[in-house]
Amino acid sequence: MTDKIHITGLDKVFGVAPNTPKALDGILLNVAANEFVTLVGASGCGKSTLLRILAGLEDRSAGQIIINGRPVSGPSPERAMVFQHYSLYPWLSVMQNIKFSRNLRTGRENLSSSDVEIASGRADALLSLMGLGHVADHYPNQLSGGMQQRVAIARALMGRPDVLLMDEPFGALDAQSREVMHDLIRHVYALEKATVVFVTHDVEEAIYLGQRVVVMAPRPGRIDSIYTVPLPEKREQDMKHVPEFLALKKQILARIRETSGMKTDFDMLEQLTRKNQPDASL
Amino acid sequence: MTESKAASGNLARLWRVRGSLSRRSYLVIASLGLLSPLVLWLWVVSTGKIDAVFMPTPLSVLSRIAEWYQADNLLGDAWISIYRVSMGFLLSAMLALPLALMIGVYKPVQAFFEPLTDFVRYMPAVAFVPLVMVWVGIEESAKIAIIFIGTFFQMVLMMAEDVRRVPITQIEAAQTMGATPNEIIKLVILPSAKPALMDTLRVTLGWAWTYLVVAELVAANSGLGYAIMKAQRFLQTDKIFAGILLIGVIGLAMDQAFRWLHRISFPWMYRK
Repeated sequence: MTDKIHITGLDKVFGVAPNTPKALDGILLNVAANEFVTLVGASGCGKSTLLRILAGLEDRSAGQIIINGRPVSGPSPERAMVFQHYSLYPWLSVMQNIKFSRNLRTGRENLSSSDVEIASGRADALLSLMGLGHVADHYPNQLSGGMQQRVAIARALMGRPDVLLMDEPFGALDAQSREVMHDLIRHVYALEKATVVFVTHDVEEAIYLGQRVVVMAPRPGRIDSIYTVPLPEKREQDMKHVPEFLALKKQILARIRETSGMKTDFDMLEQLTRKNQPDASL
Repeated sequence: MTESKAASGNLARLWRVRGSLSRRSYLVIASLGLLSPLVLWLWVVSTGKIDAVFMPTPLSVLSRIAEWYQADNLLGDAWISIYRVSMGFLLSAMLALPLALMIGVYKPVQAFFEPLTDFVRYMPAVAFVPLVMVWVGIEESAKIAIIFIGTFFQMVLMMAEDVRRVPITQIEAAQTMGATPNEIIKLVILPSAKPALMDTLRVTLGWAWTYLVVAELVAANSGLGYAIMKAQRFLQTDKIFAGILLIGVIGLAMDQAFRWLHRISFPWMYRK
């Protein structure tokens, strides 16, 4: 089996009160090695919770997750995570942030001096790959939001993770820097050969980045449908305007609207407007 | 015409909500603030309507300080007071820091200590003075003990809050990089909370001075607080003023030293 990530019957319930809807209900998902999968869905669909369980930061209530043939129990450096914000260490320089995992015992175990050299070589390579060479000695709060996320991604890649988990990493960025980051992350993905699970609420982002888009639905949090993206491996910004892209975007947006309960809101809106038109009621 | 418009524009800028101020203007206004009580004092005294016993002149207070310095061992009084404050404060800080760290990191430790600390915190430290005299005596250790009681419990709660305010994503990022709990405390939580912890120390140092005076008023035969109390017995209002002013000046100096230390210890907070 070539599946990197194997999720079966995964349930998650927050709290102990009876009748609380499941945050995740019977999640079944396989991710192949070196696949780029994106998760989208309305808020409350559990996409971030699913990612946090994969990272080992959240316990699961039932079910099984197997990554690399081993069940997940707690966080591990083989599954790196990039958060939306506030995850950098403001007291460390950009370079020290990227090399942070080198201070940890797990990073030092069985380390020869040549390994250390390779590590600094890798830090330098990541620095230039992410376009951070000129700010290596800056502190994070001297950088823009986009640059800070580049540092966070470089730091996550430093330990050569098998799986890269990204939790709305560009959610706080403006549209222009987000487009730059999209191409950058695709480039990094092509070079690093990691398996990527990427959570976002932006459907366009999900299609542009992913090979498969997993649409999730709320109450209870579940996988609604999975779409294979009909785009070549090498992505370009112009592809956002081709008919296949637009058709898929329309389809996914409709699915999200239908499953998120927004439809009922529209109905209510319609009722309200009807009430305000006395002619129609007569 | 246009100039006055520009001037009123500047004035409006000063009063913007959460506005900013140049360093020079800040210093000017700060000096005005520090000088205004002195001016008020001079004015009240110059009306001549208040007896010198109630309100001595600034000049008589100054000459009292000079006399105190020459004949009455002012430096000795100041030194012993600074010593007591420092010892009580350091003892507090050294015990409060590890305890606060554990409270802020581990929920069971929080459950055990925090309600207890809250309870003790509300017992007035001043009321412990007679007990301390019975238990510890009237040696130096008694004054240090009173300062300790006055500052320790507040310090624990405030420092625990500082530790809890470390963003969870900073901790989770370390976990996903394979950090052990000890590494998270040493490499993430402590350095992240350090600036806030130092601010807490600066604030609690002010309280240490309050409790110093309490300790010296009731159980001492030296120090600035004792000098104030003795002066009251002899109706030397100018010396009471002198003592209070000296404590204010020393406190201000220590506070500024802490701020300076903050700036040089955490350059990343001040660089934009």
